[in-house]
Amino acid sequence: MTSPAAHGRPIAFTNVRLVDPASGYDGPGALIVAEGVIADVAKGAGLGSLAKDVEVVDGRGAVLMPGLVDIRVKSGEPGAETKETLKSAARAAAAGGVTSIVLQPDTDPVIDEPSVVDFILRRARDIELVKVHVAGAATKGAQGQRMAEIGLMAEAGCLYVTDADRPIVDSKVFRRVLSYAKAFGVLVAHRPADPWLSTGAAASEGEFASRMGLPSVPAIAEKIMLERDLALAELTGAGLLVDQVTTAAALESLQRARDKGLAVTATTSINHLSFNEIDIGDYRTFCKVDPPLRSEDDRQAVIEAVASGLIQVVVSAHAPAPAEDKRLPYDEAAPGAIGLQTLLPALLTFHHEERMALIDLIRTVTCAPADLLGLESGRLAKGAPADLVLCDLNAPLLIDADKLISKSKNSPFDGRRLQGKVLRTLVDGRTVYAA
Amino acid sequence: MNGTPPGLNEVLQRTFSFPKRHFLSATDLNEVEVANLLDLADGFVSLNRQTSKKLDLLKGRTLMNLFFENSTRTQSSFELAGKRLGADVVNMSPRSSSISKGETLIDTAVTLNAMQPDLLVIRHSSSGAASLLSQKVSCSVVNAGDGQHEHPTQALLDALSMRRAFGRIAGLKVAICGDVMHSRVARSNVALLQMLGAEVRLVGPPTLIPPQADRWNVAIHHDMREGIAGCDVVMMLRLQLERMDGVMAPSQREYFRFFGLDREKLAFAAPNVRVMHPGPMNRGVEIDSDVADDLAVSLIQDQVEMGVAARMAVLTSLAARLENDR
Repeated sequence: MTSPAAHGRPIAFTNVRLVDPASGYDGPGALIVAEGVIADVAKGAGLGSLAKDVEVVDGRGAVLMPGLVDIRVKSGEPGAETKETLKSAARAAAAGGVTSIVLQPDTDPVIDEPSVVDFILRRARDIELVKVHVAGAATKGAQGQRMAEIGLMAEAGCLYVTDADRPIVDSKVFRRVLSYAKAFGVLVAHRPADPWLSTGAAASEGEFASRMGLPSVPAIAEKIMLERDLALAELTGAGLLVDQVTTAAALESLQRARDKGLAVTATTSINHLSFNEIDIGDYRTFCKVDPPLRSEDDRQAVIEAVASGLIQVVVSAHAPAPAEDKRLPYDEAAPGAIGLQTLLPALLTFHHEERMALIDLIRTVTCAPADLLGLESGRLAKGAPADLVLCDLNAPLLIDADKLISKSKNSPFDGRRLQGKVLRTLVDGRTVYAA
Repeated sequence: MNGTPPGLNEVLQRTFSFPKRHFLSATDLNEVEVANLLDLADGFVSLNRQTSKKLDLLKGRTLMNLFFENSTRTQSSFELAGKRLGADVVNMSPRSSSISKGETLIDTAVTLNAMQPDLLVIRHSSSGAASLLSQKVSCSVVNAGDGQHEHPTQALLDALSMRRAFGRIAGLKVAICGDVMHSRVARSNVALLQMLGAEVRLVGPPTLIPPQADRWNVAIHHDMREGIAGCDVVMMLRLQLERMDGVMAPSQREYFRFFGLDREKLAFAAPNVRVMHPGPMNRGVEIDSDVADDLAVSLIQDQVEMGVAARMAVLTSLAARLENDR
C-alpha cells in the first residue's frame, strides 16, 4: 500500500448524479475522496463546509459511479507484447473508466503457478494505473489434463481459476477441479462449448454462415457443454462461473439451474450484447470473436437475461489481436476484440434505448463482479477504495479504432456512434485518466 | 476488327457498361448485367470456333492468375480467355513460389499490385479471400473460387450452357445435386439461376445440405428420384472426397447407390433433360460414365467450352470499365 502522503489533495465532487448499485442509490449528491478512500458520500444533500486544501470538482450533473470491474481481460504480456502490454491495457482501461481488471491466464507462459501470478502482480503494481488482478489456469498449461496449483495460486492472489477460451473437455478432470477448488474457496470459471461441434468453426451455424460459406458451430454446442458443467457443479456443490453465455438455448439451462438453487453465476460479453452474426457482413474479421456472434434472437435473449438478472456480470472480453492476425481471410483470422475502452459507452446503449435502468446496467460491471470475487471496489461507500469514474452519459462518441489506446486496434465498434464519455477516472483517489 | 464474327461485332457495338470494378459474387449482379454478359459470351463462342481466335480488346492489359489452390481447368480457361483477348497473362502459383513464404494474402496482393496488373484472377481456399483482396488492390479482381463461398464465373458459364441448350433460363427446373454444403459452385448457381427465374432444388443427404438452406427459397430433397423428378437440368456437383472425412457419407458405393446419377435415376427427370457437372468428375461416385459421356444428354463438354467464352465476357466488361476509370 502506498503511504497517505502519496494521495495528494482531497477531492470533492459536487453537483453530481451518484449511481451506486451496491446501495441502490441513483440520485443527486456529492462525494469526498481523501487518502485513497471515499471519505464521505452525501446523498441528496450537499456537502458542508470544505477544508481549504480540497480540490472541488463541479460535476455539472455528470454521473459519478464506481469504477468498472472487468473480470475477463487479455493482455499480451507476458509472451505477446506486440499485441498488448500490461501498461497499454491499463491505459486503455483507465480511459474507459475501468479501474479493476482480471487478466486471463492464457499468456505465454500460462499463469498456472504462483510465481507467474506473483510476477504479473508485481509488474502491474509498478505501472500504477488501474488495479490488475489475475485469474489462474485451472489446469497445467490450460491443457485440460492435470490440475494446476490452485491453492498456491489463490495464496499468491489469483481471484479465480479458468482455462479461458479452452473448455476442459475431460469431465473427470473438470469434476476434480470443481471439488478441489471448492475446498479452497476458489471460484471456477468455464467456457461452455462442445469441442467437437466447435472444431474449425468461424461463425454460428445458420442461414448467414451457410450463404457465406463459413465453417460454423450450432448454437446448441453451448448448451451441451453447459448442461454437463451444471450437472458437475450440482454433484460437487462447487461454485461455477459460466464464462460468456451467448445463446437462448443455454439460458434455459441456466435458468433451470438457478431455480434449483445451484451456486451458478454467469457472464456475457459486450460484443454479444451489441452485435449479431449479420454484423460480420463482408467478412469483417474485427467481428470474429470466440464464441462467434450469434443470431439476433440469441442477442435479444441475452439482453433480456442481463435485464432479468439471470446473467449477473458483463465483461469486455478484451482480446487484442494486431492487424497481421486480423487482416486475413475470415477463417484464418484470429478471434477476439478489444473492449476495455468501449465497454462503458457500449453498455450505456441499453440505458439510452431504455432497455434497462441505469443502476441495473451499472451493477453488472461494478458491484456484481466485485462481490463475486470478494473485491472492496465497485461501490460508493464510506471507507471503500476511491475507484471512481465521472461520466457524461449523453456526450456523443464516434468510435475510431485507430485512436483507441490499446496496442491492437481490433475493435468491432469501429465507426459506431455511441453515447457516454468518461471525463475522469480515479484509482485509490489518484486521477489515472482525465479527458 | 478483322476476323470478328458478325454476331460478336453487333454485341460489342452495343453500348452497355458494366458498372462494377470487381467480379466477386453472383449476388452482386442484376438481370440486365447478366443478360449482357451472356450475349457477349455467345459472341465469343463463335469467335472461339474460328481458326483465328485472337482479338485486341485487352491489348496492353496485364492479367494475373493468382491460384492459391491448384486448378488446371479454371486457370487455363482464364489464361486462354485473356490471351484470346490480347492481354499479357501471367500465372502465379503462390504455393510453389517464394511469395508464399510466411507472406499473408494481403502482402502478396500488395506485392502483385505494385506490378500494375489490370486484372487479378484469384482462387483461394478461404471464403471471402477474393473480397479481402479487392479491398487492397487498385486493379479489378475476379473471383475464381473462394473457399465454400462463390465461384461466379462458373455460374455464368453454366447459365450460358443452359441458355444455349434451352433458349431460355426462366422457368427451367434445375436440380443441384450432391455436396452442396462445401460447394461454391452451388452457392453461385443458386443466386444466379434464381435471379434469372429458374426453379432451383437442392438434392443430397442431409449431411451435405447447408444448415438452413431451406431459407434460400429452394426446395430440398434427400431422395434423388423425387428431387430430380421433372427437372430440365440435373447439375451434379463434385464430391469433395478430401473433405468428406469419412463421416458425411458412409462410403463411396453407398453414396453412388443413393445419390449417384445413373440412367435409372435420370429417367425420373424431364424427357429432354440435360446433365451438367463443373468437373472434374469422380466417375462412379457421383456420376455414371454412361450418363456423363452421352452427348445427347450431357452438357459437360459444352460447359468447358462456354467457360472460356464466359470468362472472356467478364474480362472484356471489367476492362471496359477500367478504360472509363483512367
